[in-house]
Amino acid sequence: MPAQSNSRPSSRHITTSSSTYGDSKTVLHADDVARVLDRIAHQILEKTRGGADVVLLGIPTRGAYLADRLAARIRAFGSVDVGLGMLDVTLHRDDLRTRGVRPLGKTIEPAGGIDGKLVILVDDVLFSGRTARAALDALNDLGRPRSVQLAVLVDRGHRELPIRADYVGKNLPTAREEQVKVSLSEIDDEDSVYIAMKSAPRSESGQPE
Amino acid sequence: MSRNLLSAADLSAPEAQIILDSAEQMYAIQSRQVKKLPTLRGRTVVNLFFEDSTRTRSSFEIAGKWLSADVINISAKGSSVSKGESLRDTALTVAAMGVDALVVRHATSGAVQRITEWVDCSVVNAGDGTHEHPTQALLDAFSLRRRIGDLAGRHVVIVGDLTHSRVARSNVLLLHTLGADVTLVAPPTLMPAGVASWNCATSWDLDATLSGEVNGVVDAVMMLRVQRERMSGGYFPTEREYAISYGLNPRRLKLLPKDAPILHPGPMNRGLEISSAAADGDRSIVLDQVKSGVAVRMSVLYHLLAGVDQPAPVLEEVSP
Repeated sequence: MPAQSNSRPSSRHITTSSSTYGDSKTVLHADDVARVLDRIAHQILEKTRGGADVVLLGIPTRGAYLADRLAARIRAFGSVDVGLGMLDVTLHRDDLRTRGVRPLGKTIEPAGGIDGKLVILVDDVLFSGRTARAALDALNDLGRPRSVQLAVLVDRGHRELPIRADYVGKNLPTAREEQVKVSLSEIDDEDSVYIAMKSAPRSESGQPE
Repeated sequence: MSRNLLSAADLSAPEAQIILDSAEQMYAIQSRQVKKLPTLRGRTVVNLFFEDSTRTRSSFEIAGKWLSADVINISAKGSSVSKGESLRDTALTVAAMGVDALVVRHATSGAVQRITEWVDCSVVNAGDGTHEHPTQALLDAFSLRRRIGDLAGRHVVIVGDLTHSRVARSNVLLLHTLGADVTLVAPPTLMPAGVASWNCATSWDLDATLSGEVNGVVDAVMMLRVQRERMSGGYFPTEREYAISYGLNPRRLKLLPKDAPILHPGPMNRGLEISSAAADGDRSIVLDQVKSGVAVRMSVLYHLLAGVDQPAPVLEEVSP
């Protein structure tokens, strides 16, 4: 269990029903994902005193969909329209040399920019922390936010940098060799989070280096 | 994607799409106040130009610098090439200094390919003789795509001095890869030998082609420069006659569909292959081509160099 997370998600909200197909284990089903996002949206509203000046920046691919969903929930729960954008961090990564080039994602600056705003970076899985570090660098090119927070659907531990998330959907103790896969209905078949032992057909987040 | 970019034919359709999509992100960076990314920090790119060039060389230089690579320009004039050093010795000397990429332009077709056989670093063809100029084709496709959308099934007409044009060859290859139809238009004397084996249609009649009578409605037209420096005479009677038969003059402009963009790789001979009305009108995307050039070259350098320690699995989707 990663100890560095401040916000302790109350795990009684989460029904962790594990079903096994192949050598993967589902840890969040569609309704769990929905509840987790509901809670993060409420936490953001609470912690930011109603969401004033908040800008959500999703990290492509799946972080961007999560940011979309969070923005919609914050609008529903708090009747406030937060800024919404996308931040691709590929060009700022420190592992391009070792893990190879990858296609670039989109960067969309939120209307109104990020200067003086409270930026919340949104990603699917928090693992080594290197994506978050790259995102902090990439933010420098867009402007100077008042402060920066991090929201993730899953924190799987094994941090390699002094980085922690402010909003965590689920803390997931994992072994390094395991892979945490997040599926979202926008691009995958359904909403789910599962742990796979080895390389599954769709290569996704949190693969060990 | 391999280590080198020598020909537009080196790129598969998915690879070309990835380079163009990445260039889209690079293009957006150009409008930022701080145009600098750390991606190629510590890499060295040498522009090795054996032939004159302004836009290609400066475009590669800016692209490299915006990605934080160190870029050095070497031109044949004022270098040891003018003291009689061979191509091989020059290439080996420069490569021995530990560069990561050579961007080479040479007046002889195939010279750049030859260099890849001698050096270990990445090599990018920035134009070799009358053979190829792949980054020009990529920037043309990029600029076109920005203007008219996906190129699959679209009809592009390329007009002018095709015999001496490396731009035409690279464009025909890349546009075919991207699924576009190409019609080449030139007087018989300026049609390249063996054009029948290219994946394109040909015509000698510009008016008929522009009005859509030859190969269907035209979605874009690219005018090529009449390369006086490569012509030893006899290709057409007079410049005036060429301008009348094959120049994009105000009358021909009316034959072209209203939304069809006009491209020109530059430098333009105004009044010869293109009139000022065409070059400066709404439909001209000549300056956007130049802007796109930087974005496309950033994308090419990124894909060739950023992951150099481990050859790039460009096609494999890896989450950020």
